[in-house]
Amino acid sequence: MTATASPVRTAQRVVAIIGNPNCGKSTLFNALTGLRQKVANYPGVTVERKTGRCRGLHGEVLEIIDLPGSYSLEARSPDEEIARDILRGRRDDTPRPDVVVSVVDASNLERNLYLTTQLLELGIPVIVALNMVDVAESRGIRVDPKALAKRLCVPVVPMVASKGVGLIELKSLLSAPLDDVVCGAGLLDEKDVSARYVWLQDICAECVHKPGEPPRTWTDRFDAVLTHPVWGWVFFAATMALIFYAIFAVAAWPMDWIEQGTAVVAGWIEQVLPPGDLRSLLADGVVAGVGGVVIFLPQIVILFFFLGLLEDSGYMARAAFIMDRVMALVGLQGKSFIPLLSSFACAIPGVMATRTIEDRRERLTTIFVAPFMSCSARLPVYALMIALLFPGNEVSAWAKAGIMLSMYLLGVVAAFGTAWIFNRFSQRRATSMLLMEMPPYRRPALSAVLLRIRERAVLFLKNAGTVILALSIVLWALVTYPKPANADATGSEALSQSFAGRIGRVIEPVLEPLGYDWQIGIGLIASFAAREVFVGTMAIVYNVEDDSEEPEVLREILLSQKRPDGTAVFTPLVCVGLMVFYVLAMQCISTLAVVRRETNSWRWPLLQFAYMTLLAYGGALLVYQGGRLLGFQ
Amino acid sequence: MISEIFDRILRLSRDSIRRGATSCRHLGEALPGQRLRVAGIDLPPQKAHRLLEMGFVPGTSVEVVRFAPLGDPIEVRVRGYHLSVRRVEARGIGVEEWK
Repeated sequence: MTATASPVRTAQRVVAIIGNPNCGKSTLFNALTGLRQKVANYPGVTVERKTGRCRGLHGEVLEIIDLPGSYSLEARSPDEEIARDILRGRRDDTPRPDVVVSVVDASNLERNLYLTTQLLELGIPVIVALNMVDVAESRGIRVDPKALAKRLCVPVVPMVASKGVGLIELKSLLSAPLDDVVCGAGLLDEKDVSARYVWLQDICAECVHKPGEPPRTWTDRFDAVLTHPVWGWVFFAATMALIFYAIFAVAAWPMDWIEQGTAVVAGWIEQVLPPGDLRSLLADGVVAGVGGVVIFLPQIVILFFFLGLLEDSGYMARAAFIMDRVMALVGLQGKSFIPLLSSFACAIPGVMATRTIEDRRERLTTIFVAPFMSCSARLPVYALMIALLFPGNEVSAWAKAGIMLSMYLLGVVAAFGTAWIFNRFSQRRATSMLLMEMPPYRRPALSAVLLRIRERAVLFLKNAGTVILALSIVLWALVTYPKPANADATGSEALSQSFAGRIGRVIEPVLEPLGYDWQIGIGLIASFAAREVFVGTMAIVYNVEDDSEEPEVLREILLSQKRPDGTAVFTPLVCVGLMVFYVLAMQCISTLAVVRRETNSWRWPLLQFAYMTLLAYGGALLVYQGGRLLGFQ
Repeated sequence: MISEIFDRILRLSRDSIRRGATSCRHLGEALPGQRLRVAGIDLPPQKAHRLLEMGFVPGTSVEVVRFAPLGDPIEVRVRGYHLSVRRVEARGIGVEEWK
């Protein structure tokens, strides 16, 4: 800043950016603000609030608000409602903008300008950013910005936001005194939709020069293959398989490093600190908790990398177009597929990925059912239970795989069944419909994708991560306190005297109809940190020597456990029931924390927790009691 | 090879539909490549309004671009952009022939 800079304004100029989805609004926002962005939620709703800052041409600070993508100000969705309320100065949390930048796609001007006609009537100065003029020109469409400015009575800046073309011109308008920017109210006599479009048709006839018959574009050529009845499916399946492989297998490497890193840090703490509560809190509570948060980052980063590519290239709309028929059967839509698929690896990135679903009801339903998909944390539990079911080698690997597969299928059935019930009894059925724009294919910009990954990762760490860490420490305290009076107590004795052990015994009567004893109850409670903890907890509960989680050792010890009356604890029915319980139960505080963050209220995660726990209990009860009635053990 | 067979089945079924319905009354009956004119919208007010705002104003030219592989939704072109609509809603968009 130089000494000649204009005197500091007491109030910063507030600039709102608005536009249809797919018009390059976010690209412009990123180009203006770079990394100086803040993302939060508007209070009480799921809509995200994006703001940023940039310097005007004279060094003054401009406050930029990225309003949610909207087709119209006659609010139909929570997003559009927020955009409308901010523009009318009706929200306490956001100042009324001093100027509105209306981003329009030059290759799709008529419909993009529809929103602009509504903005002109707000009484706020409007600047039209005529974006993507390069794309328009490649399709033979030429827009005359001067003529357009004359007809709309507002400044029009031709831009290619992705390449920074026109940014200086836009900034100079944003820095100029606003009196120069007139607002174009009173251009339209009639305010109904048809009148607006008649006016726009007239304007576009004058300002837009385009070839009579649209040329066959690359998008047409790509679509001929990518939405083809055969090749469309092949490409779709290959893409989904690649994404799934990446979040399942590729992410496993960095996750291993994080686990090892956590162990190293915890080991170091145990070396330098004297034994005691502080050491235990740091090593088993804090470090394990932080590790338990960071462990999700690889999957989140990888999934959002692919989501970014799919969205920005335009293929996401095609994938949804292909899958919509299937998902519509249970009241979901095509875009619900990827979040549900990702949830087979982990529900956390899956729930975060539902952000691409515009319809609120469909998004909430997808979030609600996503944790039914068997995530990778359930695998160790399934594996242990199957090993208990078939101790010897007399049963083929195929039968074991079949049981595993049926657990996965059970999760899918529970998810789709729940979605179907939601849809069946939802009041909003009449208002939700799929109107999905099929944007032209574009080369995705890596920088935009990376920016979004960073945004998601930071949000996860800040909002969900803190909750997960806090809950991990609570869980640590539950299994640690109160300490056994006897200092030489074994792990098993200590655990049984802890709060978790006491809770396990308190809930034993509830678990008894499922065939579980209080030791299994402790395992269920400890599983809330992460489901795979069940295996380790069972090892501690039953005093498996030298911390061995070797499947054979643990299996033998579990199989030898007897009830007071001398019968075995882990009968086949108990094992199958436990598996069913783990398929259906919401035993993951991390997912609950993310659902809270994504739905912006505790209502949904609590409802989800109650519903899934009841369903899991019912399922396990059915297996155990039903099986006994049929004469199984 | 397989795709050729599929294409042929698809073409056959389309031809049979075409012979049955020479003119269609709503967008749900239209076939890929057909160019039509929006005549009116017969849907609940909220949906109808949204469709109007997306450009389905009576008199506007619409063209069915393609069906999704499972037949639903359908991709249409209206006012120079592409949009996918489910058949449930497409049936509520009245059309007439473009002359």
